[in-house]
Amino acid sequence: MLHLTAGRVGGLFSRRAVVGLTNSGARMSSHHEVSDQVDMSQPMYWDRLDTPLPDRAWIDVLDSKDKSLKQKEKGPWTALSKEEKIALYRLKFNHTYPEMKKPSHEWKTVIGGMFIFFGITGLVVFWQGHYVYPPQPHTFGEEWQAKQIQRMLDMRVNPIEGFSAKWDYKNKQWK
Amino acid sequence: MSLAKPAMRGLLGKRLRFHLPIAFALSLVAAAAFKYGVTEPRKQAYADFYKQYDATKEFNNMRDAGVFESVRPTGE
Repeated sequence: MLHLTAGRVGGLFSRRAVVGLTNSGARMSSHHEVSDQVDMSQPMYWDRLDTPLPDRAWIDVLDSKDKSLKQKEKGPWTALSKEEKIALYRLKFNHTYPEMKKPSHEWKTVIGGMFIFFGITGLVVFWQGHYVYPPQPHTFGEEWQAKQIQRMLDMRVNPIEGFSAKWDYKNKQWK
Repeated sequence: MSLAKPAMRGLLGKRLRFHLPIAFALSLVAAAAFKYGVTEPRKQAYADFYKQYDATKEFNNMRDAGVFESVRPTGE
């Protein structure tokens, strides 16, 4: 919608510039934009268990101390102390694997939310059973069901392993 | 710090050599269990039923119960 008005106002050749202006205008005027938008055209950093090496290091703007450490890294690594190696790791990565895998309390929220929605659904289903369902078919009644079972036994439904196999025809009762 | 170099090759082969015999054995067990738990008892049940089966008697019982449309119960 905004693009159309911009196109009409801006004219054919300056459309791209006007669209750019209108976009920033929209960003300034609306309250619903995300405050910091990630530039997806630049290499990104991520902490992922399945993709271990991201496109860029965690800290890429280095102060002079970090810069000198990075210079030292270009030499033999046996010259680095343990603290320096850990500092280099922390420059390159945000979380270690154990930190990434650290368990959280999210499962309680998930299970709790699940049960809440089960409960709401249960209420909805109960209301529905009372107010929405039509009356049951007459074939569900006790008398009809008894007559139905008798007819199935008379027809010898599944007499070997199934229904009629469980009926004792001599003594007229269930086995 | 010097850790042992991890296995770089033959991972699938190792997994198959471990899991395939188990898979075959479990499949055979499942088949045998089904054969001797289900099909053999079923065959026996059918054999026992038909050993003592009198078709005419059953027909007359069903007829007298009134489930047929082609023949009415005896005495109607």
